[in-house]
Amino acid sequence: MAPLIETRDLTLHFGGLRAVDGVDFILNAGEIHALIGPNGAGKTTFVSLLSGRRLPQSGSVLLEGEDITRLPAHLRVRKGIAYTFQITSIFPRLTVFDNVALAVQSRGTRDLAAQTRAALARVGLAGLESQEAQTLSYGHQRLLELAMGLALHPRLLILDEPTQGLAASEIEGFKALVEGLVPETTVLLIEHNMEVVMDLATNITVLNFGQVLATGTPEAIRANRAVQEAYLGA
Amino acid sequence: MAFGPFLLLALMEGLVTAAVLALAASGLSLLFGVMRVVNVAHGAFFMLGAVLAWAVDSVVPAPPALAFLAALVIAPLLVASLAAVADGLILKRLNYDPEATIVATIGLLYMIQQATLALYGPNANPVTAPFELRLQFPWFGYSGYKLFVVVAAALVLLALWAFMTRTKAGLIMRATQVDRTMARAFGINVDRVYMGTFALGAALAALAGVLIVPIQQAHYLMGGDPLLLSFIVVIIGGLGSLRGTIVAALIIGLSDGVISMFFSPTLAKIIATLLVAMVLVFRPQGLFGAKA
Amino acid sequence: MGESVKPFALHLALILALAVALAVLPPYPATMLARILVLAVFAMGYNLAYGYTGLLSLGHALFLAAGVFAAGLSAQFWGLSAGPALLLGVLAGGGMAAAVGLLALRTAGVSFMIVTLMFAQAGYLTILYFGPITGGDEGFTLPAASRVILGFDMSTDTPRFVAALFLFAIGLLVSLALVRSPFGRSMVAMRENEERSRMLGINPFTVKLAALVISGLYAGAAGAAYALLFGYAGANFATIQYSILPMLYVLLGGAGTTIGPFLGALLMFVLIEGTSRLARLWPVLEGMDYFVIGAALVVLVLFAPRGILGTLRERGLKWLP
Repeated sequence: MAPLIETRDLTLHFGGLRAVDGVDFILNAGEIHALIGPNGAGKTTFVSLLSGRRLPQSGSVLLEGEDITRLPAHLRVRKGIAYTFQITSIFPRLTVFDNVALAVQSRGTRDLAAQTRAALARVGLAGLESQEAQTLSYGHQRLLELAMGLALHPRLLILDEPTQGLAASEIEGFKALVEGLVPETTVLLIEHNMEVVMDLATNITVLNFGQVLATGTPEAIRANRAVQEAYLGA
Repeated sequence: MAFGPFLLLALMEGLVTAAVLALAASGLSLLFGVMRVVNVAHGAFFMLGAVLAWAVDSVVPAPPALAFLAALVIAPLLVASLAAVADGLILKRLNYDPEATIVATIGLLYMIQQATLALYGPNANPVTAPFELRLQFPWFGYSGYKLFVVVAAALVLLALWAFMTRTKAGLIMRATQVDRTMARAFGINVDRVYMGTFALGAALAALAGVLIVPIQQAHYLMGGDPLLLSFIVVIIGGLGSLRGTIVAALIIGLSDGVISMFFSPTLAKIIATLLVAMVLVFRPQGLFGAKA
Repeated sequence: MGESVKPFALHLALILALAVALAVLPPYPATMLARILVLAVFAMGYNLAYGYTGLLSLGHALFLAAGVFAAGLSAQFWGLSAGPALLLGVLAGGGMAAAVGLLALRTAGVSFMIVTLMFAQAGYLTILYFGPITGGDEGFTLPAASRVILGFDMSTDTPRFVAALFLFAIGLLVSLALVRSPFGRSMVAMRENEERSRMLGINPFTVKLAALVISGLYAGAAGAAYALLFGYAGANFATIQYSILPMLYVLLGGAGTTIGPFLGALLMFVLIEGTSRLARLWPVLEGMDYFVIGAALVVLVLFAPRGILGTLRERGLKWLP
């Protein structure tokens, strides 16, 4: 069977900056795959090529063998690729319910209210439905962002720095949540917190200067000398 | 008259239109460039320039040339002060939000127009040209004043260009245009720059109004066409680009002169407005301008 | 009363109150109210585009005029009766909005405002250009025979009032249903955060185009109704003034509230009527209606950008739709 996501020689340069430079990448269904690398390594740009927020200059993106390189973002979402934003991007003046309902209704479901409540309950925001989203605490806004992603019932959930700004207790809850998603949902995670990465990830890809430096299990990555030099700073 | 001279006449008329248009449109372009706002009341400032020129001309007991010279100074100054007040009272409080500014300047346009109607009346009034000179061509005679308008507009635009590129005030305006936050960090009083820019833009429109009034009578509704044409020129020239604005004014002015002489002016305007819409949709940086 | 029943009850009460007002008011104010209702339909359509979807258009006069002339010209030249003429007007408004939207929605913000303004201006000039057919600046009076719906003559008071109220009621209830539907939620998502909604699987272009077309259907209906009820079609409906008016009504009553457009239209009429009555005592005020409109725009945008009902909603009446 074809991998869930495959990229071939994927490239996007901004002027002289090689943000993503010939990346070959494979993501198998059921993984929690972490994408790590120093700041400016091209992680966010790379996932925005997967989600369709940007289009590459060359190379291709395959979803289960189907070429989706030029597919508009909203159609990729409908095919099951969900993206949660690095900088919390919710609808601040809408209620918590409406925020998630927008995600649910784009799938064309019958039971809008129940599914919306289910997604909220899953991240622990039950009972806050009628609150305006901008009145939530920062941690709750991150959870709302996650609920919006989950409500899409994605096959692939891309999380861009989901634990940034969360308290230690919130991070524990988040880890449990993500572990509960697999194997129905495959997770691609951009993360700076190495503890979270080592605990959660089944596979890790290291990006540096827009190129794949290494890929492998957490143990293999930890032992990889090139990674240590470039990134872990050992 | 043969075709050649007829075309020459059309081109000369077009050149006068282009000159006045370049003045008015450069004001609008300046506002958009520096402040990122669209001023719908721009045509009203143009009209005020013309009406105030008439007012000065009728109260100053001097020969036409002197009275006109007085109008050329006084009218833009008055309009600039009015614009500065409007900026302080309205636009600044809106924090120059682009959409709110458009709504507010529409309101301003109605207020100025209607106040002019109340105080000045519904009639069109002429102003005597500062001098009588008729240039005799082999085929037709032509008003020397109209050529004076072209020269005067060119001089003002040259001065504007020098001001923007050669003076400290111009440098500060351009710095604010590039980055408002950064300009503020460097101690530039952005509020004052904006007020000055808005006043300068209005003064340019008023100046165009003064220059046109000996050719075209002063009337409280005369601002509509210049507003529309200035929009067209600024958009085709590339929003905020002075050079593009002048090139576009020449093209629009000349083609307006020619098309209006041979075809229906309404048809010319339909084509021009549709062209503007298409340019904005498919080439938002303008036909000639670099990216604004 | 439950939270979901309250808005519905409020809207029904408003329609009922208007019916009573039309029945008891003397002919002159009642006719005025009928005009307000028709223009409120126009404003409700504008509100769906601007208030809910965030599309600030300066070209809605074009959609209104499409309705006016589709109904007016088909009555004039093809002898269409009022029912089909009205339907044609509605479709013309929606069709014009679709054509403009397909192009204009490639832009956003200030560019969108200018593009819609330019299209409307081109439409106005086109009406003038074909003056021999459209009547140009002077317009034309609709043939009396065309102003009859189901045997009722729209040039007489009672049928005219009933028709205006009927149209208004449909417009109001449809707009209530629409903004409370999933599609209404998508519309608001465009206004609030278009990029985020794209990443929720929503195609912003489709939603905005649909909202604009619905808005155009409202404008077309209002235009056709205006022509048929009051018997006149003219180029003035395509002028920029008629793009500004619905914006003013919506801003005044409250953008993104279902009743705001009507409230704004009503208050503006009262304000202008009041000014012209004062003008009879104090002639300096003669023809100051545009001054009042201008001042109202400036004051609103400065001090009450959410309008009356928007402010009320912020201050506690959260259930206002």
